Amino acid sequence: MLRISCPFCGVRDHSEFSYGGDASVEYPALDASESEWVEAVFQRENLDGVQFETWQHIQGCRMWIVVERDTRTHAIHSVRPAHDGIAQALNAEQDGVGTS
Amino acid sequence: MKPYSAWKVFVNGLTGQKGWDRAWRDPEPKAEYDVVIVGAGLHGLATAYYLAKNHDIKNIAVVEKGWLGGGNGGRNTTIVRSNYMLPGNREFYEHSLKLWENLSHDLNYNVMFSQRAHVTLLHSPAARDGAARRYNTMRLTGSDGELWDLETLKRNIPHLNYSADARFPIIGAMAQPRAGTARHDAVAWGYARGADQQGIDILQNCEVTGVERNGSTVTGLQTSRGVIRAKKVGFAVAGNTSRLWRMAELGKLPIESHKLQAFVSEPLKPLLDHVVVFGVGGAHFYISQSDKGGMVFGGDIDWYKSYAQRGNLPIVQDVAECATSILPCLGRVRLLRHWSGVMDMSMDGSPFICKTPLDNLYLNAGWNYGGFKASPASGWYFADLIANNRPDPVIADHTLDRFARGINIDERGAGPDPKLHG
Repeated sequence: MLRISCPFCGVRDHSEFSYGGDASVEYPALDASESEWVEAVFQRENLDGVQFETWQHIQGCRMWIVVERDTRTHAIHSVRPAHDGIAQALNAEQDGVGTS
Repeated sequence: MKPYSAWKVFVNGLTGQKGWDRAWRDPEPKAEYDVVIVGAGLHGLATAYYLAKNHDIKNIAVVEKGWLGGGNGGRNTTIVRSNYMLPGNREFYEHSLKLWENLSHDLNYNVMFSQRAHVTLLHSPAARDGAARRYNTMRLTGSDGELWDLETLKRNIPHLNYSADARFPIIGAMAQPRAGTARHDAVAWGYARGADQQGIDILQNCEVTGVERNGSTVTGLQTSRGVIRAKKVGFAVAGNTSRLWRMAELGKLPIESHKLQAFVSEPLKPLLDHVVVFGVGGAHFYISQSDKGGMVFGGDIDWYKSYAQRGNLPIVQDVAECATSILPCLGRVRLLRHWSGVMDMSMDGSPFICKTPLDNLYLNAGWNYGGFKASPASGWYFADLIANNRPDPVIADHTLDRFARGINIDERGAGPDPKLHG
């Protein structure tokens, strides 16, 4: 069992989460060319090593998170909210707690 | 090398088993081959065997980073079937099943192919309608299929959980009588011996570390046993295809590597002489009994990408729950061992046997759950592709560009998410 430290809920078993996929994939604009969409939807690096990947805490807070994980050893190096704005808000809040 | 026969078994039984030869050689790599196949799993060995047998190309090496058959060839639940529905899969898997039916004779090696029927349990009228459609399609395209009502199923497999208050009561089954199981190691050994007899070099402990290119041509492979030049190269390394693809500097693939586990129980007396599949309401489970008596079973993949050849515990619980829900008599049976293989999960659940952006490089990959049963036909058509430099019509759509062309072969209708194509 992997143990994932959800930024909102704390450390939980991975069976509470649903694996998304490669977090480095960025969807193009809606009017982008067909080949750009084929690239984003179907083509993957499929790294053997440390990769950023999305998970959803489907049986917890239901938030999407980005996990930095080694696909050979399953070691998890970092976890953060997938949404940049939420990640920044969370960081600001934690920094605030740390300095007050 | 002398052929195996019942007479030789008898004679060697009387003479202390001293009359057997090595089944295959352990040669040193030559500097150059006409064809180098990367990966001495079932697909790579079968490809080499059919290149020699069907196309008379014999200056071949099969290079393998570990030992032959030590990857997914030895990490599966040994099920053979051809109950696919979509064009592209139908003809391909049926051809494979036909090759299985004569494989022991062809290889002069007993692969213990047992056509004990593949029985998928049905739990709702909608599932029965879906099964009827699938099996009608199969029968119209030259395969065999049967729909079993509850009485027929009970007669064939009396000890399933037929309780009316089961969470998913069984209402019948769809069966493919010609499907069954085979001894997975024997398939690897049989193909290896058959290939070796035709002069093919099987180079074990020979890991590919780099791909040498001259423009759009592969000139050779850097390996842990030196550089091997090749006129043509075939990749058959499902699970690690993306790694080799990067070595060839070819970029991305429509593949993710996932783990699939398999399980075997302690040996029991004869209990189950069919392959039984249970899939409803999120359950996914398949079970058969090996000739040694162990219950061999498996379920879903581990649900997240991984290159680690070890499985995770939630799936152990999943398959145990499935096992006891359809075969409650297994409740006190102990698990003997479980293992995990790394598989190419493709974006539509179907494989690739195709040409590549490089002129003399060919790809065999993306086998998802289906690699074991496919291995004879995979080798057959991959050999044909390499020998003739054009795909047979049966594998014409098993290409990398099928996603861009919008002709996905998505048997489950799960969409472009590799983990869902179980």
